[in-house]
Amino acid sequence: MYETNYHRASSIDEALKLMGSSAEGKYLSGGMTLIPTMKQRLAAPSDLIDLRHIAEMKGIAVDGRTVTIGAASTHEEVATSDRVKAVCPALCALASHIGDPHVRHMGTVGGSVANNDPAADYPAAILALDAMVVTDRREIKAGDFFTGLFETALSDGEIIIAIRFEAPERASYQKFANPASRYAMTGVFVARRDAGDVRVAVTGAGSNGVFRHAGLESALAGNWSPDAVTNVMVDPSDLLSDLHATAPYRANLIKVMARRAVAAA
Amino acid sequence: MGVEGIGAPVARKEDRRFLTGKGRYTDDMTAPGMKYAVFVRSPHAHARIERIDVTEAKTMPGVIDVLDGEQLLADGIGNLICGWMIHSKDGSPMRMGVWRPLADKTVRYVGDAVAVVVADSVAEARDAAEAVIVDYDPLPVVTDPVQALRDGQPQIHSEAPGNLIFDWEIGDAAAVDRAIAGAAHVTELKVLNNRLSPNPMEPRATLGIYDPGDDHYTCYTTSQNPHVARLVMSAFYNVAPENKLRVIAPDVGGGFGSKIYIYPEEIVCLWASKRTGVPVKWTSDRTEAFLTDAHGRDHVSTVQMAFDANHRITALKVDTISNLGAYMSLFSSAVPTYLYATLLSGQYDIPAIHANVRTVYTNTAPVDAYRGAGRPEATYLLERTMETAARELGISPAELRRINFIRSFPHQTPVIMNYDAGDYDASLNAAMAAADVDGFAARRAESERRGMRRGIGMSCYIEACGIAPSAAVGSLGAGVGLWESAEVRVNAVGTIEVMTGSHSHGQGHETTFAQLVADRLGVPIDSINIVHGDTDKVQMGMGTYGSRSGAVGMSAIVKALDKVEAKAKKIAAHIMEADESDIVVEDGALKVAGTDKLVPWSQVALAAYTAHNLPAGMEPGLKEGAFYDPANFTFPAGCYICEVEVDPETGKTTIAQFVAADDFGNIINPMIVEGQVHGGIAQGIGQALLEGVHYDPDSGQLLTASYMDYAMPRADDLPSFKVSTSNTPCPNNPLGIKGCGEAGAIGSPPALINAITDAIGNNALTMPATPEKVWAAVQTGH
Ligand SMILES: Cc1cc2nc3c(=O)[nH]c(=O)nc-3n(C[C@H](O)[C@H](O)[C@H](O)COP(=O)(O)OP(=O)(O)OC[C@H]3O[C@@H](n4cnc5c(N)ncnc54)[C@H](O)[C@@H]3O)c2cc1C
Repeated sequence: MYETNYHRASSIDEALKLMGSSAEGKYLSGGMTLIPTMKQRLAAPSDLIDLRHIAEMKGIAVDGRTVTIGAASTHEEVATSDRVKAVCPALCALASHIGDPHVRHMGTVGGSVANNDPAADYPAAILALDAMVVTDRREIKAGDFFTGLFETALSDGEIIIAIRFEAPERASYQKFANPASRYAMTGVFVARRDAGDVRVAVTGAGSNGVFRHAGLESALAGNWSPDAVTNVMVDPSDLLSDLHATAPYRANLIKVMARRAVAAA
Repeated sequence: MGVEGIGAPVARKEDRRFLTGKGRYTDDMTAPGMKYAVFVRSPHAHARIERIDVTEAKTMPGVIDVLDGEQLLADGIGNLICGWMIHSKDGSPMRMGVWRPLADKTVRYVGDAVAVVVADSVAEARDAAEAVIVDYDPLPVVTDPVQALRDGQPQIHSEAPGNLIFDWEIGDAAAVDRAIAGAAHVTELKVLNNRLSPNPMEPRATLGIYDPGDDHYTCYTTSQNPHVARLVMSAFYNVAPENKLRVIAPDVGGGFGSKIYIYPEEIVCLWASKRTGVPVKWTSDRTEAFLTDAHGRDHVSTVQMAFDANHRITALKVDTISNLGAYMSLFSSAVPTYLYATLLSGQYDIPAIHANVRTVYTNTAPVDAYRGAGRPEATYLLERTMETAARELGISPAELRRINFIRSFPHQTPVIMNYDAGDYDASLNAAMAAADVDGFAARRAESERRGMRRGIGMSCYIEACGIAPSAAVGSLGAGVGLWESAEVRVNAVGTIEVMTGSHSHGQGHETTFAQLVADRLGVPIDSINIVHGDTDKVQMGMGTYGSRSGAVGMSAIVKALDKVEAKAKKIAAHIMEADESDIVVEDGALKVAGTDKLVPWSQVALAAYTAHNLPAGMEPGLKEGAFYDPANFTFPAGCYICEVEVDPETGKTTIAQFVAADDFGNIINPMIVEGQVHGGIAQGIGQALLEGVHYDPDSGQLLTASYMDYAMPRADDLPSFKVSTSNTPCPNNPLGIKGCGEAGAIGSPPALINAITDAIGNNALTMPATPEKVWAAVQTGH
């Protein structure tokens, strides 16, 4: 790791100021992605600005079916939140399968969403739940937020404060884990608001990161049942091929995971 | 046996230290003025070094020196060698290319060491290593061993034209061809054995300390065999003569073979310590471990097995290409030859066997012994073939094996080995009962009702342990003898130290070796200390690999104990004025048999050292040493059965049950043996289901250089194992033990692949059986 300066921000304003005055600062949340990257000398921020102690970024609120999750909430906090479980158990299940207990107690929703790893789990949920990414300066629709591999709509220095969404009527996330990393080799989040409003988001498989699958959505909007998936064509040409899985295999996994998600929702 | 003696499940003495974080590993060691080494490594798989410029690096903060291969050569440090000579079938010696500890002119794999930075801190050494400018002229790359043998491929060493190291054979080719021509059935198979990364929990590390006052070197290192390290560094690498070099391998966190070898880093740190005048420590990070620890396996084979009309095997013909990587590691040549082809008879009475083995250079990390070393490759090939043959012949896999089992011992195979004892039916029957093979059909039907596929597979393995005898391995090309040495030192108060040339890096020697002494003398286990891992403390040794510590290392202790006991009896007889032949050792005392006369052990020890009243002419003291050179290998064997459920939609395999029935001969500590079997099976399942080293074929970059891409088995990948043992004592060593360290890794991969191929009805499946491969095989199966 190259030398860096650690700062603990106690408010959004302070964090923004620290970022403004640093040469090449980076926000630090759970550090589960950023710190290993620094240890491998693949990132060299001059300053680390820790966001985890900012009151506005913490806590989970559920108001009716509106769920607001502070960006500094850990995966463990989401996985074990009874209030979230009451309205959207699929999200708790998703969080409970991220990494291992160490990672879940450190890693945060905000860090995961800001990082937009193409194999991360949360982006599928954010997109399928049509969530709003709340930042220090605006609210960004999920559909506009994820812009490519490790790319987001966040501008320089912008801080994610919270994630907000309306809990759907039914939802489920089915993940086929990479045997080595246990990130998603293919993960499918299905969410149904009412007949005709179904979103299907796929992570781990797209060559440009998380995406919605129009074919699956329209098939399921017309017929919310596992069988509806059977005749949908999933085109492998936009999918990732790597050491662990080829595009045609991932195309198969998308259908299998989608079918299982509908059955479980 | 008593609660602490042979056969007792004594809790491991060393675990208090390990479990409370009090272990002392190489990286825990410090020396006054110690500095840190970081290696500059090649980012290319094959390139000529045009120029190394260290000017800027040398001026960076904290940097003491930056050294390269030219200086190493100028100082007379030698090449790394392979210590086992193999001759090709045309009589020519193996073609060993030059391996410099720091590359000279050419780099041959990604990770090849090019220069070393010594600095005040690891971070400063890293910074400076990044500032070393190396101009490379990249050369074409080949990573695949089959391709490397073809015409027009990149030439890796000038000494080995066409990248062929040797073309070796064993057995009677003409007899095999005759039997195949006259066979009622011939089963043919192509078998791949995947390349593995060893992944010990503790990465390699070394601390080199040069003392100019005495012109003496001390090397702390993560070694399975410190005396061998000293011998090789002294005799071949010109680091220092043996009397000027002390090698200490303190607590070592796992080796699995990868810490047998002497690597460039130990040599370079010792040399750098003299050059810079400061102690120099290097600790591998995980990426370096993936890049540079010797890998295991990597065979491509074809096999033909011939049967007569009664399903008896009449011949076995094997052709193997073995990838040894960019350089020949210390024992690399022995693994695909004498540790592999000599086991191709398995548990079966096969009249004719022929194997041809070609070893090949490629632009990949060196390959050498990894848990099992050659025997997993032989077992996988043979047991996949047996299962395939049973399917083709339409008889049960168990029946085919029974028809061909060896049942009389000793049994001479056509490939050197002489099996001394075994009962293969016993393990097979035990495994089949434990696995409830009779209930399988019902379990399969139940799985199928849920849309799943279920399969069962077995593997009957044999292996050769306790690698020895010295004269035999010498005649086959080994550069060393494979005996073991022990010294038993009884202190004046009766406590005991045992100096052993075996080395424990997870095996539990501090417990099992003490159990042996406790059993023999009836003294408490806490009064016995096992000393190992230091060439200044332990007289001599050949170290721990090939499951040899029990059969060879403990046998040496037995011999030393024989001498101690004989002398103690003489002293006791003298004290009690009894006849020496009437003295027995029991419950920590020497007794006159049939009387109540006794002297406690501690009193005999004290008498030996006060020397006030010893038999006339007897030397004072009670300390004896012995070397033990066995008469033969030992032959553990067993039967493993694996049952799997496969999800045909995703190709994911779940192991429903795993049964191991082993014959390890006599057992010193059943709990430790069970632990060894569990660990071995976990590694075998890792190989069969998850693990695999992948290089990019065009660039030679290692694609599996972290746990993000290299899949190690986790607890939830594994079922709860059902293990049992049976016992045909080994007639060739005093304890009747065979060894258990590698069996699990040897026997399990074919059982698992046989089970998956049974489940999916498609025999064309390679390891690791990843979900995608299984899914693809399901599409074309049944
Ligand atoms: C062993 C292991 C296994 C894992 N397995 C999984 C898995 O199965 N599935 C999965 O989805 N993930 C997995 N992860 C990743 C984990 O979920 C991380 O926690 C997550 O990707 C990053 O979150 P973090 O809080 O640690 O962020 P950090 O590492 O602290 O930061 C990541 C990036 O986001 C930026 N950032 C952080 N917070 C904010 C914010 N509020 N606003 C703007 N930018 C911000 C940082 O500057 C940095 O660039 C795993 C990680 C590890 C180490």
